[in-house]
Amino acid sequence: MIELYILLILMIIGSIIALEVRDLLSSVILVGTVGVCLSIGFIMLKAPDLAMTQLIVQILLVLILIRATISKDVRFINSKKEFGIFIIVIIGLAVFINFADEVVNNLPIFGKPIMWVSQTYLKNALNSTDVVNLVSKISLDYRIFDTFGAMIALFTAVIGVLAIGRQRSQEKD
Amino acid sequence: MSVEKRQYYFDQSKGMGIIVKTVTRLTVGIVFLFGINVALKGHLVPGGGVAGGGAIALALLSLILAFGKETALKNINRKRITMIATLGMMMFLFLGLIGLIGGNLFSTHFMDNEGKFGILKANIIPLFNIAICLLVGSGVYTIFITLIMLQVRKGSDK
Repeated sequence: MIELYILLILMIIGSIIALEVRDLLSSVILVGTVGVCLSIGFIMLKAPDLAMTQLIVQILLVLILIRATISKDVRFINSKKEFGIFIIVIIGLAVFINFADEVVNNLPIFGKPIMWVSQTYLKNALNSTDVVNLVSKISLDYRIFDTFGAMIALFTAVIGVLAIGRQRSQEKD
Repeated sequence: MSVEKRQYYFDQSKGMGIIVKTVTRLTVGIVFLFGINVALKGHLVPGGGVAGGGAIALALLSLILAFGKETALKNINRKRITMIATLGMMMFLFLGLIGLIGGNLFSTHFMDNEGKFGILKANIIPLFNIAICLLVGSGVYTIFITLIMLQVRKGSDK
């Protein structure tokens, strides 16, 4: 259990340094480090499905970020940070912690979830078909509309990016 | 290797250096096959369509980053890759809609899987995985090459 807390502390430190550092390339690499720590944490919590998806999506994200932020040479951020944003963040954090306190107290204990719906899945999923991987069975059979919505969102993003690119070329002509 | 290919391979102005080009040429096929493997075995081992499609998109993106965009876009242009993304989405939709025949629910298992073996044993779930893999792989690649073209066009205006 203590390894998980070490990973969590590493992730928090990495996120804070990624916000504060001046070099953009170092910031992107620190975001990648946080993703790898999250992936190791998923493996420790016995969720290899999530760990694989998290690792691949994180690599994609870091590649796109490097390509988008750093084109030729490394840029530095020179602007000063405003003091008003700092006060607004502190007020927002205070309100959030005030409301989150009641919610966290009513949650079930870590490691002992309430198995209302999952119990049915665990009993019946293996009998109906020959799908051994239960995660695949749940996300593609019981929760098919969820996956369908996610795929529609991705497809809409592709069409939107293509439409914006085409409009830019028409303006140039 | 022919003379023009050799000249291109040692050309430093297109793409990255020769070490990155050599390593990419060796690893890109392995990453591509790993993505197909993860997508096809999604009903047996951890993985699935999203992870497999992401790995395939990663292989294509590393080709662009190492060899420059002219080489990659010569073989896989935008119209062809958009057709593959649309094919994945339509395959997902129609696999769900076939289940509606006969008054059943959306994405009912319509195939008879008695006596089958291998990938056919697990009804339509591998087909869903293949559709998601096509959509995610080609969709992420399309977004990336469109962003690259926007950046290039913006730079040439100045």
